[in-house]
Amino acid sequence: MRAALGPACAVWLLAAPVVPAQQAPGSTVPLEPPRQGYPVYPDPARQRPVPAEAPPQAPEQVVAGLSRDSVAITASFDGSDILIYGAVKRETPIPDGPPLQVIMTIEAPAQALTIWRKQRRLGIWVNADHVDIGAAPGFYAVATSAPLDQILRPEWDSRYRISLPLALRAFGGTASVEDAVPFTEALIRLRERSGLYRLDEGAVKVVDQTLFRADIRLPANLIEGSYKTSIFLLRDGEVVDLYRAPIEVRKVGLERWLYRLAFDRPLLYGLMSLAVAVAAGWGASAAFRRLRRA
Amino acid sequence: MQIYLPIAEVSVDAFTLIGLGGLVGLMSGLFGVGGGFLITPLLFFIGIPPAIAVATGANQVVASSVSGVLAHVKRKTVDFRMGGVLLAGGLVGSWLGVWVFTILQGLGQVDLVVQLCYVVFLGLIGAMMLNEGIRSLRRSRNPTHRKRLHQHNWVHRWPLKMKFRTSGLYISVFPPLLVGLAVGVLAAIMGVGGGFIMVPAMIYLLGMPTKVVVGTSLFQITFVTAFTTLMHAVSYNTVDIMLAVLLIVGGVIGAQFGTTLGARLRAEQLRILLALLVLLVCGKLALDLFLRPDELYAITTEPR
Repeated sequence: MRAALGPACAVWLLAAPVVPAQQAPGSTVPLEPPRQGYPVYPDPARQRPVPAEAPPQAPEQVVAGLSRDSVAITASFDGSDILIYGAVKRETPIPDGPPLQVIMTIEAPAQALTIWRKQRRLGIWVNADHVDIGAAPGFYAVATSAPLDQILRPEWDSRYRISLPLALRAFGGTASVEDAVPFTEALIRLRERSGLYRLDEGAVKVVDQTLFRADIRLPANLIEGSYKTSIFLLRDGEVVDLYRAPIEVRKVGLERWLYRLAFDRPLLYGLMSLAVAVAAGWGASAAFRRLRRA
Repeated sequence: MQIYLPIAEVSVDAFTLIGLGGLVGLMSGLFGVGGGFLITPLLFFIGIPPAIAVATGANQVVASSVSGVLAHVKRKTVDFRMGGVLLAGGLVGSWLGVWVFTILQGLGQVDLVVQLCYVVFLGLIGAMMLNEGIRSLRRSRNPTHRKRLHQHNWVHRWPLKMKFRTSGLYISVFPPLLVGLAVGVLAAIMGVGGGFIMVPAMIYLLGMPTKVVVGTSLFQITFVTAFTTLMHAVSYNTVDIMLAVLLIVGGVIGAQFGTTLGARLRAEQLRILLALLVLLVCGKLALDLFLRPDELYAITTEPR
């Protein structure tokens, strides 16, 4: 089986720009945390069960790669497509039973945020009750090979926190209201509407229970940081193996220079902004005077 | 053409921004208002975070006012002395305003206070200007009516009087100082130059001739918004220069057309036009406050 995998993989991968996979083929469950480490949710003080690692001698293992392991935000950046591809490595024949399923997630670094609910007071609508969320991902996409509720059992979902409500619930926070659920629902609804939280069922294509790939679109409104990519291999609703790799999203060139200047030398940056404004105002005035005289 | 803004961290269409800037620049040249009261809500609407919209709006107003004020200096319609007094009040007000802004942000009530300010101020001033504009339009049709230089009211009885030659006024320094102060506070909180408050205040409260009002208010706005921009940039890092440049490109061109157009229109017509515009924006904002919103929930991210 393994011998047959090589050529098949090569054909499959030719379709897209290829960067070497994050992980050496043959490794078992990926190293957690990879390279720079991920933010701890909800806060370092609170105990959280560590997502269980798949058994090291899992009969089926993920071998995967990303079309790119970094995204550069340039001035003309308007989103980016990430191709995630891979194969299943196994020493035994394909087991009988329901077919293999794949779920992929991409998660942006977390931000602190507040959800407000408007209420009518003295005839006008004002922000009244609020729920503070200690950390919620600025972007969270789930791509699956079939409807999520058919391929993932709830207990496995809560163990790995895959689906969006669970991914959020893990982040906890403080509430000023008795019932915080409508607030977190509103967060999901608002962010789904603006394309920041997504569930693409059927976006992962699986071939012969061995090769899989998916294109995941990162929106234009990205924040900088280390994005966490996860691939889950499922059989009969259970996670049999997982793979994690980071994607670094960074501003480059002019964008990076301006951003650094604004935060490292704010006075200089402010004066520069003013100089640009004054020069533009004066320049236009002078240009139009000449234009009128001519 | 999409462009990614480095500080706002959103991607927007560059031509939309240039168009917005142009529209606002036209207003600036025409009415002597910075146009901030239009640009800030419009920036919210296209998805720029409020704190960045306010700070960058102030920066854009600097450019359009410089462009406008230079045109007015050429036509000798700037009262520098009055401008200086207004400015002194304005700088203190701006400092106060940035401080109030911080507190409001902590309470999550920035939007509400800004909207309420807009509705109250715009409603009052719009009604006042419309009334006055219509009356003076009628008066100009009736040539037997003799026009006084300006009206004397309670403001003219205060102490510490000062001569403002260009405006032909001899009044206490306190009313202009207070007007400047109020405008400075608004500049910092609302990301506006405050021209839409100051122009009527100068005409009706201080009794300045309409001819010098526009140039003088632009003069004061230039410096107050420059100071506000700097304060926001240093305290909160919320000025997005990329966004500002795009707005400015449209703005400076619009301002020049506005000034040319303004010289051709009659003062009364100009006043009625501005009054109608002010009332329109006021009505839109009031509706948002009183009608049940479609979405009751809103998300605010913590300022970095």
